[in-house]
Amino acid sequence: MADQNWPLYEVFIRSRSGLSHKHAGSVHAADDQMAIDHARDVYTRRNEGVSIWVVKSSEIIASDPAESSALFEPAADKIYRHPTFYEIPDGVENL
Amino acid sequence: MYTQGLDQQGNKTEGPEPVESAERLAAFQARIDDEEKIEAKDWMPEAYRKTLVRQISQHAHSEIIGMQPEGNWLTRAPTLRRKVILLAKVQDEAGHGLYLYGAGETLGTSRDQMVADLLSGKAKYSSIFNYPAITWADIGAIGWLVDSAAIMNQIPLCRCSYGPYARAMVRICKEESFHQRQGFEIMLTLSRGNDAQKEMAQDALNRWWWPSLMMFGPSDTDSKHSAQSMAWKIKRFSNDELRQKFIDVTVPQAEFLGLRVPDDDLEFDQETGHYNFGEINWQEFYDVLAGNGPCNTQRMANRQKAHDDGAWVREAARAYAAKHAADKAA
Repeated sequence: MADQNWPLYEVFIRSRSGLSHKHAGSVHAADDQMAIDHARDVYTRRNEGVSIWVVKSSEIIASDPAESSALFEPAADKIYRHPTFYEIPDGVENL
Repeated sequence: MYTQGLDQQGNKTEGPEPVESAERLAAFQARIDDEEKIEAKDWMPEAYRKTLVRQISQHAHSEIIGMQPEGNWLTRAPTLRRKVILLAKVQDEAGHGLYLYGAGETLGTSRDQMVADLLSGKAKYSSIFNYPAITWADIGAIGWLVDSAAIMNQIPLCRCSYGPYARAMVRICKEESFHQRQGFEIMLTLSRGNDAQKEMAQDALNRWWWPSLMMFGPSDTDSKHSAQSMAWKIKRFSNDELRQKFIDVTVPQAEFLGLRVPDDDLEFDQETGHYNFGEINWQEFYDVLAGNGPCNTQRMANRQKAHDDGAWVREAARAYAAKHAADKAA
């Protein structure tokens, strides 16, 4: 039975124009067109989307959660990147 | 849902398996206690993974098997309006099954494996779907009672600690609301109809009431998975709490319909603000779970047949895809 397993695709839906595509879930499909068709049936039965992206799950390159501290911590101590870091005296406007 | 793990099964990288040290388990529990969501590729204890695969796959199987009692009435719906509604509902159940298989697959068990476990009888599905839908009123009772009970169970799951499961449940809960209302509307129409129609509605309530209460599972004192699932925040409320909540909201709805809940011990307790209710026949629950319900054999036979009959379609689609991939490459 395993050899009948259709590839897995990740589904991304744009809910209306102006917004980005967002991950909705996944579907199995034999080919790309079928993946779009299945994604339509499974994830947009109630007008949830105006555009669908599908991509084979095996093609996604993801960061490793075990290394997330090494990856993201360097940003944590750079508080000067946020406007709230700076002290502006009362009375100064439009800053 | 980011299931790359599936492709890597069986050829894990060298090196020892990460051990479940006390520190690791404590750190995991601390994340849960902080209401952090666990995502597919995060480290998790094997028992947490196993519990989720069991629960999510059983949930998915229930959605898929649950199409059968209702599918039974698609060709006999009393009006075209009822028919398109029922078609949409049954299609939703298939969709719910697929969201859930997708969530289950993020844990590293393939959908094929989950389906194989259903067909071999290793995995269970909700006992409620082993009862027959013998009249049109049963379609009303299923939507009103069974879907209400499911919503009661599922709303807390939207906050479950495992992200992919919680997200699937958010989507499902939004859609269940239509299921519940269409069921109530069928019951309302029948209960405002002639005597025979009222009788039909009452008969459906009589047959579906107790099995609906059983959907919440055995009392917490007898439920073997409850305590750990609560600690892991897979489960947020006890079986008994959810059952009581269901009874409290459903009895007034039955009264509105002018139907009688088939429980002589049912009475409102002014002091607690809850309904007291009679003894549930747990022997019946365990019998149905063990395979001796009215429809167990038929449900599984239908599922197996649908799976077998679909084999050539799955093969043909693969062959077509392979042929066109070769054409493209050429």
